[in-house]
Amino acid sequence: MRVAFERPAGLTDCPTHYCPGCTHGIAHRLIAEVITELGVADRTIGVAPVGCSVLAYDYFDYDMIQASHGRAPAVATGVKRALPDRTVFAYQGDGDLASIGMAEIIHAAARGENITVIFINNAIYGMTGGQMAPTTLLGQLTTTSPAGREAPREGYPLRVAELLEQVRGVAYLARYPLTKPPEIGRARNAIRKAFQTQLAGKGFSLVELLSTCPTGWGMTPREALRWVEEVMVPYYPPGEFRDGPEDPGGGPSRKRVG
Amino acid sequence: MEELVLMKGNEAVGEAAIRAGCRFFFGYPITPQNEIPEYMSHRLPQVSGVFVQAESEVAAINMVYGAAAAGVRVMTSSSSPGISLKQEGISYLAGSELPALIVNIMRGGPGLGTIQPAQSDYFQAVKGGGHGDYRLLVYAPSTVQEMVDLTGLALDRADHYRNPALILGDGLLGQMMEPVNLPPLSHPEDLPVKPWATDGRRGGPKRVINSLYLQAEACEEHNRRLQAKYREMEAGEQRWEAAWADDAEVLVVAYGTVARICRTALEGLRDRRLAVGLFRPIALWPFPGPALAGLLQRGRIRAVLVAEMSAGQMVEDVRSVVCGRVPVAFYGRTGGVVPSPEEIGQHVTAVYEGGAINAGCL
Ligand SMILES: Cc1ncc(C[n+]2csc(CCOP(=O)(O)OP(=O)(O)O)c2C)c(N)n1
Ligand code: SF4
Repeated sequence: MRVAFERPAGLTDCPTHYCPGCTHGIAHRLIAEVITELGVADRTIGVAPVGCSVLAYDYFDYDMIQASHGRAPAVATGVKRALPDRTVFAYQGDGDLASIGMAEIIHAAARGENITVIFINNAIYGMTGGQMAPTTLLGQLTTTSPAGREAPREGYPLRVAELLEQVRGVAYLARYPLTKPPEIGRARNAIRKAFQTQLAGKGFSLVELLSTCPTGWGMTPREALRWVEEVMVPYYPPGEFRDGPEDPGGGPSRKRVG
Repeated sequence: MEELVLMKGNEAVGEAAIRAGCRFFFGYPITPQNEIPEYMSHRLPQVSGVFVQAESEVAAINMVYGAAAAGVRVMTSSSSPGISLKQEGISYLAGSELPALIVNIMRGGPGLGTIQPAQSDYFQAVKGGGHGDYRLLVYAPSTVQEMVDLTGLALDRADHYRNPALILGDGLLGQMMEPVNLPPLSHPEDLPVKPWATDGRRGGPKRVINSLYLQAEACEEHNRRLQAKYREMEAGEQRWEAAWADDAEVLVVAYGTVARICRTALEGLRDRRLAVGLFRPIALWPFPGPALAGLLQRGRIRAVLVAEMSAGQMVEDVRSVVCGRVPVAFYGRTGGVVPSPEEIGQHVTAVYEGGAINAGCL
């Protein structure tokens, strides 16, 4: 019998708790495939956030560290500074990264920390039951914006990739939706480039993945994918924002542990 | 080789940490501890170490968490408001059983308070501070030499127990200069290896640093393990110093800067033939209660006076040890005011003469 599809090395043989139609699983898979491809599994350390992906430490077959809400970039900074020759990635949701952890992500980027951040933008707080996120779109219903997000009341959704584009120290920056196979292929490519940026010691890399939360959005998996395409993509345009450091040599000095 | 040098308390902490093999410092400026990050920013690169000025105390403690998870000796320092911000991270360090050194050079509070020295973070240091049932090893130096000695000890004990340790100093100790004996420089590669560290699985099974236990029973089991560790610390890590305790009728209990002032005051009173003694906890947690109880059991002590630069925090632990056997008086100054030996002496005398047992807090 021919094996047509299997779990990539780098993911454990463990059922995930993700809801049907949730694209967290696809993001995990892409990361694992890229790390296998780059041959760095044995020296990778992942930082799992607080959020739906809090159990990522069970799913990835790497050394893993669970971080407090929003602080994954600071934790990853500590790891990378201690072990500059390891591959370090942080995995963060939009509440984690763009709300409570905004300071940590901006400053890790500004320091040009040589880490990779995978940013799951699903426009909602999944884990806590569907509350408004900083990325929740105008008009979107959540359990804490029950009348739909309105700018005068709840402000505007934050565009993280555009924000980080302003930050010197960012060496690779891209955003892609996890919808159809071609988009997923582009996301995978971006994740590979992000890790390659780190391996080349070029500085901070981040890939924003437009992701579904059918449970939080109150949609079927199919409707959720369509909503990403029709509502999220126009506000969060996909593409590569930065490929290569703006200021080569401007990153932090990386010293061997002595 | 040991060397004798004249150093400020804050700088001595930094140098002592480096000498003890710590090569990583993450911090954020706040008075009166700025000399620690400033010292580390120039000294660490000389020994191939890493200094990062974080964007906040919250980020700093999480960088400490990451570096500790990676298996290196690591520290941060701050002063009261900044230590408040670090509390969630400290709870995570304790919950994930990560060793790290945190230095609190206390200033007066609450709120923005003052930049003058205080001891009003005792509760925060020894009773938790952050969320959950956890304990820190808490050390209270009272000289610059002790800043050095206890920094080395704290890093060592933190590694031994896989638990965060805290040095509880104050602005006076941080700023004062004294001659100190520095221990020889030790090298990180000579420290015991940490097989649990998440430094890349390198062919072996993966490791996880985590404090999440979704099942209540599993979380309770984790708590049981932590509590067993804390009992072990209570059995092995109590530290104190007693002076003139053998014939003391009034025992003064104080730590850190105030213990020093009390010692000066008591020297004067002993010259006047008052039978007064001093008990100085060096470890604030685990609190040296059994040693204090042992002194009381001898039966000579007829009153205890606790002096603090707070409105009365450690006095609660002293009262629970004394347990009503003799009266416990309290004298405290707050808001950054440092008591003089004379005023301490007056209060000790008043207690000695049988009055002012309820000397309150000024
Ligand atoms: C300090 C702190 N505040 C709040 C929480 C509760 N909390 C857990 S997950 C979460 C939001 C997660 O949303 P997001 O980052 O968007 O990830 P998702 O669950 O959508 O993947 C919040 C607020 C927490 N654990 N810690
Ligand atoms: S709640 Fe949303 S983000 Fe969380 S697992 Fe379910 S679908 Fe995914």
